[in-house]
Amino acid sequence: MWKILKQIVRTGLVTEPAPNAEPRLLEHALHADIHRLFGRALCIRQVDAGSCNGCELEIHALSNAYYNLEGLGIKFVASPRHADALLVTGPVSKHMADALRRTYEATPEPKLVIAVGDCAACGGVFGEDSYAGLGRIANVIPVDVTVPGCPPTPTALLQGILAALQSPTSRVDKRSASTYQKTEDRG
Amino acid sequence: MQLNESDLSWRSLPGTLPVRHAVVSREQLLLLCRDVAGRGARLVSLWGEDRRAAGVGYVLVVVLDLTSRLLLTESISRSPNPGFPDLSQLFPSAGRMQRATHDLLGFNFLGADARPWLRHSAWAKDAYPLRHDFVAAAVSAPPLPTEIYPFVRVEGDGAHEIAVGPVHAGTIEPGHFRFSVVGEKVLRLEQQLGYTHKGIEKRFEGLSVQQGSKLAARVSGDSAVAYAWAYAMAVESLTDTQVPARALALRALLLERERLANHLGDLGGIGNDAGLSFGLAQFSRLKEDLLRVNATVWGARYLFDEILPGGVATDLAPTALPILLDSLAAMAAEVAVLQDIYDNHAGLQDRFHGAGVLSAKLARQLGVVGLAARASGQAQDWRAALEIPPYDGFAIGSVLAEGGDVAARVAVRFDEIAESLQVCRGLLTDLPSGEISVAVGKTRADELAVGGIEGWRGPILVGLRVAADGRIARCHPHDPSWLNWPALEHAIIDNIVPDFPLINKSFNLSYSGQDL
Ligand code: SF4
Repeated sequence: MWKILKQIVRTGLVTEPAPNAEPRLLEHALHADIHRLFGRALCIRQVDAGSCNGCELEIHALSNAYYNLEGLGIKFVASPRHADALLVTGPVSKHMADALRRTYEATPEPKLVIAVGDCAACGGVFGEDSYAGLGRIANVIPVDVTVPGCPPTPTALLQGILAALQSPTSRVDKRSASTYQKTEDRG
Repeated sequence: MQLNESDLSWRSLPGTLPVRHAVVSREQLLLLCRDVAGRGARLVSLWGEDRRAAGVGYVLVVVLDLTSRLLLTESISRSPNPGFPDLSQLFPSAGRMQRATHDLLGFNFLGADARPWLRHSAWAKDAYPLRHDFVAAAVSAPPLPTEIYPFVRVEGDGAHEIAVGPVHAGTIEPGHFRFSVVGEKVLRLEQQLGYTHKGIEKRFEGLSVQQGSKLAARVSGDSAVAYAWAYAMAVESLTDTQVPARALALRALLLERERLANHLGDLGGIGNDAGLSFGLAQFSRLKEDLLRVNATVWGARYLFDEILPGGVATDLAPTALPILLDSLAAMAAEVAVLQDIYDNHAGLQDRFHGAGVLSAKLARQLGVVGLAARASGQAQDWRAALEIPPYDGFAIGSVLAEGGDVAARVAVRFDEIAESLQVCRGLLTDLPSGEISVAVGKTRADELAVGGIEGWRGPILVGLRVAADGRIARCHPHDPSWLNWPALEHAIIDNIVPDFPLINKSFNLSYSGQDL
């Protein structure tokens, strides 16, 4: 046990300040936003709708001591029924489309959907014209914010989550929410 | 009837891998497999191809591992209803690959399990996506009803089923697990995978070899470097490209960093699943440190597109050397402290030992590969066995454990971290000078080539055929998870359900890599 304590003490505190989506969104403002909107921690359910698992690696990194997601008042939950937001990766495979829709429906309103990665934003290298895939997440469920990147860095992910929080009620046309331009062209 | 490997006429393929190729009849294929299986060979991969347009017919490709070299065979059927011998009697892992080959190409393997594997409901039973006359639009119009997958049922007093997935509680990939249990004890596990099937092999068709590299790196993101390397080797074999020594050294550096990142992440995850969240916190920090050094040196945390046909994308700046060497030294020291803690933590060791045992005998019978095989006493590592440069200059591939349990898979990871760190140091202190890439020439048309390398999980293979117009005709990326998923079904038997996450994590297999 003493070795564990020694290592903890030696490691010290490595958590860094959260990155800002906008300059005004400082860390305490994020806390305040979460508190105002939810009155408790922001609960996120992650759904892999067909990713290559690269995006999941960076989502995992959000929980490490440097980014310390829980310290920002954000936690991952095991059920969509307890979730305020869905963090969805991948081009949607047809085999996952139903599960994704059901997860979305099981998430109580108001809910946020954050599409993570180039694939989730536009189909990525896998495209949108596959016999087995449906492309971007917005083709299957409404999306509020997209986070491009392959995979997006944890910093970009945090910024995406913060951006989604900024205006959770001002979602107009969710289907056009993709901010990513398709760059991968076949030919 | 008998047939020996030497009765067939083989051709050595150009490139770095020791591969011999032959076209064999379907009867010869079965006899050859019988011969080599009897001599301890393993099945690496099996896939199909529609070559009717080239006047050939349907082709079944089989890759066999004879420890220090590979055999690559092509067998042809001209029937509109192609049938091939069932190899699953000789190589149990062939079963799922054969089922996938049926789903994608309509090949029949006489007498074998004929349940669908990759196909759930995204396309019709009698439509075969990798046949060239397949029309995607025809199958995607009305959504097909979800088919009921015929799981094997266990019956008896007190036995009941627990169904888990495809969406799991944590941040992991989707798949379905059907446990048959009595009380808490697992009698049987049956996996149903294919949820992330996104048509990668079809997507490869028609891409240029450069575009194909990007896709190959995204078959299983956690093994992006290994896939990109295997793919590049296949292209280099088809173009007779000599990769510069500096590029080879940098490739190995990238691959070892991928191995380190995954092993660090897994050691944290395994500790956490055994109740030590301290382990997760510490190892995730070390992994983050490694990724940040990647970002400093290569400009990205994950090095998806660093390995390209002909070489690598980024040269190391002179300033990068001390950064890399210092961070390796720091990591070595930190991992040693954590290993000591893991080794002496009674609670952890109690959970690790005897959990999820895969015996040496079973590992051999099932043809398990990579890290999991080495934890069950099977010495095999393509880096060393196939003498893939630059690994031929290093004394590696000696990591081995006997237990076959979670403890053994943890021990192998610790030892491989030590080995990787040493390889990285060696590569950096003795880095060849010169070019980091050369232009790849024109690809030889219609020939089959393979590339392969030992990724952190196990051997990764890429099979490639390019058409006369320089576009990809067929690419099959092969994940070691194909070979190891079935072993997990065995390793969980007689364990308790609550230990499944721990045992599963100790294998850490790829869903997307096998779902394709
Ligand atoms: S965006 Fe990149 S990392 Fe994420 S799932 Fe797609 S290919 Fe993988």
